[in-house]
Parts: sequence; C-alpha cells; structure tokens
Amino acid sequence: MARNIVEFRNLKTYFYTEEGVVKAVNDVSFSIREGETVCVVGESGCGKSVTALSLMRLIQSPPGKIVGGEIIFDGRDILKLSDAEMRRIRGNEIGMIFQEPMTSLNPVLTIGDQLMEPLMLHKHMTKKEAWNKAIELIKQVGIPRAEQIMTSYPHELSGGMRQRIMIAMAISCDPKLLIADEPTTALDVTIQAQILDLLRRLKEEKKMALMLITHDLGIVAEMADYVVVMYAGKVIEEAPVRELFKNPKHPYTRGLLKAKPVIGRRQERLYTIPGQVPNPIDLGDFCYFSDRCEYTMDVCRKKMPPFVADENGHKVACWLYEGEWKK
Amino acid sequence: MTQFIIRRLLQSIPTLIGASIIIFLIFALAPGDYVTRQFENPKMTPERMEQLRALYGLDKPLPERYLRWAGNMLRGEMGDSLMFKKPVISVINDFIWNSFLLGVAIMFFEWLIASIIGIYSAVRQYSVFDTIATLIIFMLYSLPSFFLGLVLLKFFAVDLRWFPVGGMITTGSNYTGWAYIMDVAKHMVLPVATLTLISVGGLSRYFRANMLEVIKQDYIRTARAKGLKERTVIFKHALRNALLPLITLFTLEIPSLFAGAMITERIYNWPGIGKVVLQAIYVRDYPLFLGYTMLITVLTILANILADVLYGIADPRVRLK
Repeated sequence: MARNIVEFRNLKTYFYTEEGVVKAVNDVSFSIREGETVCVVGESGCGKSVTALSLMRLIQSPPGKIVGGEIIFDGRDILKLSDAEMRRIRGNEIGMIFQEPMTSLNPVLTIGDQLMEPLMLHKHMTKKEAWNKAIELIKQVGIPRAEQIMTSYPHELSGGMRQRIMIAMAISCDPKLLIADEPTTALDVTIQAQILDLLRRLKEEKKMALMLITHDLGIVAEMADYVVVMYAGKVIEEAPVRELFKNPKHPYTRGLLKAKPVIGRRQERLYTIPGQVPNPIDLGDFCYFSDRCEYTMDVCRKKMPPFVADENGHKVACWLYEGEWKK
Repeated sequence: MTQFIIRRLLQSIPTLIGASIIIFLIFALAPGDYVTRQFENPKMTPERMEQLRALYGLDKPLPERYLRWAGNMLRGEMGDSLMFKKPVISVINDFIWNSFLLGVAIMFFEWLIASIIGIYSAVRQYSVFDTIATLIIFMLYSLPSFFLGLVLLKFFAVDLRWFPVGGMITTGSNYTGWAYIMDVAKHMVLPVATLTLISVGGLSRYFRANMLEVIKQDYIRTARAKGLKERTVIFKHALRNALLPLITLFTLEIPSLFAGAMITERIYNWPGIGKVVLQAIYVRDYPLFLGYTMLITVLTILANILADVLYGIADPRVRLK
C-alpha cells in the first residue's frame, strides 16, 4: 500500500468573530496516499476549503487560527515549520488551484510573468529557462498559441483558459500534492468536463496526489479514489469511492446521494434534505446533523457519535452504527 | 493614442471657454475695482476716478470687457499687471518658480512619507503602529496651515533659532553655488514641513485603504500559494494594483505645484506666486489674477488628460488599442 503523503490529525481551525467562535474545522482527521485522488465533499461552509487552506497555512489570521492538531506532510509537521520552510513547500511541493479563475490571476501582470515566478523561485531557473518551461506548461494544459499567451494579460483570456493557466501554475514545480478547491464550480459544463479530464491526465503523468474539494457528487464519482464527507466542520463519513456510493451509511451522505438527479429517471422534484446547516457559532457536543436527520434518537442530541471504522475500512460517525461493531 | 490625445484636447476647448467666463464674471462682479482700491483717498474727485476707469478700460460693459480680455488671451497676451506695471507673464515667471520649488519638495516628501505609513499600516492593520499613525495623522490632518505654520515658526525659528524666520535667502547675503543652495534649503525647511505634515494624512489614508482592498483579493492568495516571499507579495503583486487609483490623484496634484500656497507663503514670507496672487486679489489687479487663474485652469485640464493616458499605460485592462 502506498505511503501517506498528507495526514490530518485532529486538526482544529477556529475563527474568532465578534459573534463568537466558529469552529470551521473541528477535529478533522483523514489522510491522502501518494498518487491518490481524495475528494472532500460537503455543502458550502462545512469547512472543506478551510481544511485545504490550513494545509497551505494560508488561513487569514486574525480572525482564523489553527488551534490544535497536526498536519503531517511528507514526514514533516506543517504546523511546526518556520515561515521560510513553509514557503518552500507552497507552490513547490503542494500546488493549489482556486475556485474563481476570474479573480485568481493578478490583473496587472502578464500570464508569462505569473507562470515564471514559481519556476524561478523554487527551481532556480534563469529567465530564459523559465520562459521555455512556461511555454511547455501552457501547451501541456492544452492552450494553443503559447507564445502569444505568455505576453497576454488575464483579462484577455476566457474563464476556462484562466483556470488552465492556474493549473499550469500549480503543477509547474511538479508538486507531490495538488489541491483543487472547487476548480470547476465557476465554469460552464462543457469546460468543466475538459478541466476534469486535464486534471486526471496531469495527475497520471506527474504521479501527484490530488485533493479535490467539491460539492458535486458527479465529479466525485468520476474522479475520486477515496471520499471524505464533511458536515459542519467535522468528517462524518469516509470510504473508498465504490464502497461509499454502493453502501452509504451516514444519513447525511444518503441524503446527498438521494438529492442527486439521475439521468433517465423522471422526477417532479429533486429530493432535498430538510432543514439547513446549523449556525456554526458555539456549537455544543452532539451530532450536528441530529436536527435534520430522520433517524434521530435521544443520544444524538446529547453526545457526539464516535468515528469508527468497519471491517472494510468504511468509517462513519453516527449512533445508528454504534453497537453493530460492539457485538 | 495620438488620436485619443487630440480628441481630448479638442474636447477641452469648450471647458476652457466656460471656465474663463465664470472666472471673469466672479472677478468682475466682486465689489470694487482697481481704481477704488488703489486711490482710497478723500481728495480724489469722482470725475478723476471716471477718467482713470476709462484709462484702464473699466468703464466698458462686461461682455465687451470679456471679449477684449479673451481676445488678448488667445493671442497669448495676458496684459500688464496693474500693481507691478509689468507684463503679467513676466510677473508670473518671476514668482512661480519659487512656488514650484516648494511644491516639488512638498510633493516628494508627502508621497514618500504617505506611502511608507500607508503601506505599513495596511500590512499590519490594527497593530500598535497603525493605531498611533492613524491618531497622529488625523491630528495633523485637521490642523489649519496657518496654525501649524505659526506653531512651527514659534518653536523652530523664534525659540530654538534652528531655521530662519522667513524669506527665501538671508537678507543682504550674496552667496553663490553650494552656499546659496544650502541657504535656500534652510529657508525651505519650515514651509515644506508645514504643508507636508498637513497633506500627508489624507494621502496615507488613500494608500492604506487601497492596500487593504487589494490584499483581500484572490490573486494575493494565489501569489502566497505560490510560495512567494511576503515582500514580493506586497510590493510586486499588491502595490502595483493599489497604485492604480493613485495615478489619478498624483497627476491631478501637478497643477498645485505651480499654484503656490497663499497662506503658508504669506506666513513664511516666501516670494511665491501664491503670496503675490493674494495681494493681487486685495488690490483688484484683474489682469494678474485672471492670467494666473487661467494658467492653473489650463494646467488642470492638461493634467486630467495626462491622468487618463498614464492610467492606460499602467492598467492593461484599460490600455488603448
């Protein structure tokens, strides 16, 4: 079995706001193996992006702060590194792509300038070498007329092209891990498919691990090896992708799968999970999904369910399954 | 580009005509004229005053006076200053460069200090430095120039005697070369300090606000995610974007280099154009005042065009094709 490239151990990232403490990431543990694609799924505000930004140590502070836990990346605890050591990891060993291609590139610098920056910084290339490598990267992400693109500014490119440039920038130093934070959410469907294809191809070529953050279960089914489901700052279920789709355990995961439209099945209305995500401020110690769950028991409102694995390595945090393994 | 500049220049003609009418009317409609101001002397008979008015052309109806003045301006003739008995051009030329010297020094220090304070305040928002800088800046910002000018004058010129009380050169001196430059520089310190301290507040707030706005942007996060040093993130990625709106501010400050500072020049007895124009207003020396005001108007219009051109060069999104 491949070695773990990243391991989140009891990560806690809190935001200290005027209304109270928001536990955006509350005791999250999971790991990503070398060359594996892990999808982190959940609705908006459940802590997916904050988990990824914690790994990059890019949490705005204040108000955000990583208050506990460890993130082991390639044998090192990210949270204990100096700023200079962290900078050598960012963009070099971990690349990151963001959701908004329209605003993620600097409007006053040329594409070439922005692409060459990490190459000259991390790979110590000369301007000439970096230029050639940047052109190669642009071709690699499937954009024609690379020389012309090099001297263009971001506003001259379409959204899809900009996201390709972001990908080129993120993979330029051959990172061991690529984080893609909802890379296709802002793009239209045909472009989405192209970008996902590109990500899959590059992942194979470069043998990178991919941490893909999304709320689209279609993307999960297509891309993931392993799935982590998050809800209100906690991991509530994780399993290999086939196992999760075949045998979802947590009522929330089941709800998500039920809410997904299926081709060929006519429905008046799509299923929705009743209720909404709880206000994340000062949550107590109980199952956060208990308000919306159709199987809620007394214990759900009183105690946090433990996160336990079954014999197939399928982990879930739900009182419904507690006791099953105790037998 | 050339076409754009030509178009803007042509468009500024109506603006200039409108401005000249307003300036002329305001000055002409103000009570009193050169004759009443100059010869406030009980022995002056009304007949003699009428004679003098006819001599200066002040007896004609307003439209005729305007057209004559505007016609002369078009031919590049600003007329003679009534007060100096010299062509307005040469009066302005005598004094404007002294003001320009002050203006350039003020602008240099103002932008230097404001950028340092503004950027540092933004990067360390709500830090002790930011809080104290904000407090001091607002205090200075709200002081009138005549007050701050007099306070500095009292402490540094009268009590401590570090700097001269006024003027541009030491009276009776005939320094040349380096000694002359040092003498002028010494006289400049207090007026430059007064106006810099007052103007640095507003500008540093612009710097701070723009930097704060830019630092929040997604592309700054991208720059950090690339592993760039914080210095590169701030000065290459953030500052270039934060400076864009300031280009306009900078260019529009250019006319003020020539405009002089009426009150401060008066306090420090600096032989600048501001002080002279203030006097011209008192004695209703309309050719000098109108000539000066039109000059500043033209400079302002040109600065506006320059601002647009520079913005286009700096921001690729509005660059003219």
